[in-house]
Amino acid sequence: MTTNTSPLLSVQDLKVAYGGIHAVKGINLEINKGELVALIGANGAGKTTTLKTLVGMVKPAAGSINFDGKDTARMAPYDFVSQGLVLVPEGRGIFPRLTVEENLQMGAYYRNDKADIAHDLARVYDLFPRLKERMKQLAGTLSGGEQQMVAIGRALMSRPKLLLLDEPSMGLAPIIVQKIFEIIRMIAAEGVTMLLIEQNAKLALETANRGYVMESGLITVADDSKTLLANPAIQSAYLGE
Amino acid sequence: MTTMANTIAGWFGAGKQGQHAKLQLILLTVCMLVLPFFLSGTFASGNSWVRTIDFALLYIMLALGLNIVVGYAGLLDLGYIAFYAVGAYLYALLNSPQIAGYLPVWMMNPPLLVMLLLAAAVAGCFGVMLGAPTLKLRGDYLAIVTLGFGEIIRIFMNNLDRPINLTNGPQGINNIERVSLFGHEFGKPLEIFGLQFPMVHQYYYLILAFCALIIFVSIRLQRSRIGRAWVAIREDEIAAAAMGINTRNVKLLAFAMGASFGGVSGSLFASFQGFISPESFILMESVLVLCMVVLGGMGHIPGVILGAIIVSITPEALREVVNPLQDMLLGKRVVDPENLRMLMFGLAMIIIMLLRPEGLWPSRRRKDELHPATKRITKQEDATLDEAEREHE
Repeated sequence: MTTNTSPLLSVQDLKVAYGGIHAVKGINLEINKGELVALIGANGAGKTTTLKTLVGMVKPAAGSINFDGKDTARMAPYDFVSQGLVLVPEGRGIFPRLTVEENLQMGAYYRNDKADIAHDLARVYDLFPRLKERMKQLAGTLSGGEQQMVAIGRALMSRPKLLLLDEPSMGLAPIIVQKIFEIIRMIAAEGVTMLLIEQNAKLALETANRGYVMESGLITVADDSKTLLANPAIQSAYLGE
Repeated sequence: MTTMANTIAGWFGAGKQGQHAKLQLILLTVCMLVLPFFLSGTFASGNSWVRTIDFALLYIMLALGLNIVVGYAGLLDLGYIAFYAVGAYLYALLNSPQIAGYLPVWMMNPPLLVMLLLAAAVAGCFGVMLGAPTLKLRGDYLAIVTLGFGEIIRIFMNNLDRPINLTNGPQGINNIERVSLFGHEFGKPLEIFGLQFPMVHQYYYLILAFCALIIFVSIRLQRSRIGRAWVAIREDEIAAAAMGINTRNVKLLAFAMGASFGGVSGSLFASFQGFISPESFILMESVLVLCMVVLGGMGHIPGVILGAIIVSITPEALREVVNPLQDMLLGKRVVDPENLRMLMFGLAMIIIMLLRPEGLWPSRRRKDELHPATKRITKQEDATLDEAEREHE
């Protein structure tokens, strides 16, 4: 880790409301450079709302968000990519009628450095040889796992400082989920900082360094992954043991 | 110049070899240049055919403009003809005695290029005016709002004869002066190297030049960053924003660019016609232009051009064919070709949409999508993904 001790992302007392419904009721989050942090919780706990707020798709009702030394609470969604905060949306959000390669190139939309983009594209193909085979195919015709690879590869093309993954396991066969998490570990090993949102709590905590547990709009537990995995309350509520 | 030729030729289905593409483009240019003389030399009613072609060229510009909004950005616009009206009325007001009394002399009869740039800019502003309040609308809802917008513009033109007579209402604006270029006023007889250029021929070359320009701009736009951004918001707006695309500005730009093409086309129309009235800008015209785009192949420039040509020329061809055919088969005239026109048109649209939903000349991408040659990946294949991956590593 670097000598820089201030966290890459710091969220303080964040509150989000849809009309009168309070989806997030005041949470604190911190992510340091190089970490892989998991945010777990049941359906409707406010995980995705938190993520949407982090990238400006939903405006917070109160609280502060500080990313890489900047207050980003009121920024427009499209300004986040150039700041290095990149989201892999829930349900993948690829461009179905563009080819795999065009999808990946869209990830580098805000960048102008052609040589570096080509280099990064080659890197993504190294990471996902399957995508290289299918680079000229329309992304909408790929399997679910391959589409998730496109979504992650596309996000990497934006050279993220912090990568936000929203339910990467959603709708995928167990064997493919294993594969996707293998890839997430590989990316983490390359030094990309990540916040992972998952319903598959066991897999998420086994992959992450630290974890936050969210329940009805509040963070109830925050600890090292190993400690969380050993916590009997967590085990019975989220790990099905 | 060579690269431009190759680029354009490439879009017209030419092969990858540069020489081949260049040859095709040169051939096409020569054909387009001699076309009016061929028509007036071959047919007795040749000049009316050239006139039809002039209108076809205007429609190509319109269809390419709408193609930006509908084909690239995926925003369904049913009031597109309003921008054509804006361009036409702007030209008419600045080039006729209609409101000359209210305007300073220096504003009247601007030079051609200034006039067309102005028309593009003003129509573009109208495009933004339509786009700004509709940013959050999609699909059917957007279609309804744009339809209303198109009607509002037409109704304004129809009623702005009171309190100040701005547009002369339903009677329309008459005595519109023709375009002047290099001291020559279009419409006056012209003779170059012993060749006679009637008015329709002169306008043919003028409109052809601007049509070529608009085709070129369309191609460049499609291959630009902006073009890719348009496609991205058409595919998935949230994902597009997540890529760092400023969705608001990119959408407004699509409306503005599309509208500006319409404005240029409208100005040329007013100048060519010499007379305009609100009747030329009815909803049916918007629908026709949309049909051109959809029929030809949404988002594919050569397809859209083909669509515009077919939809604008077929009714005229029908007129030439139906009457002699009736005389020959029945000995008398039973139906008026005018009445047959919409019937045939409707039938053609139904048949084409059933058999070729992607349009007559679609891009390869759209064709693949609706008639997939590569089979879709099955669940089984998905399950073997893991294996395939391991083999690679």
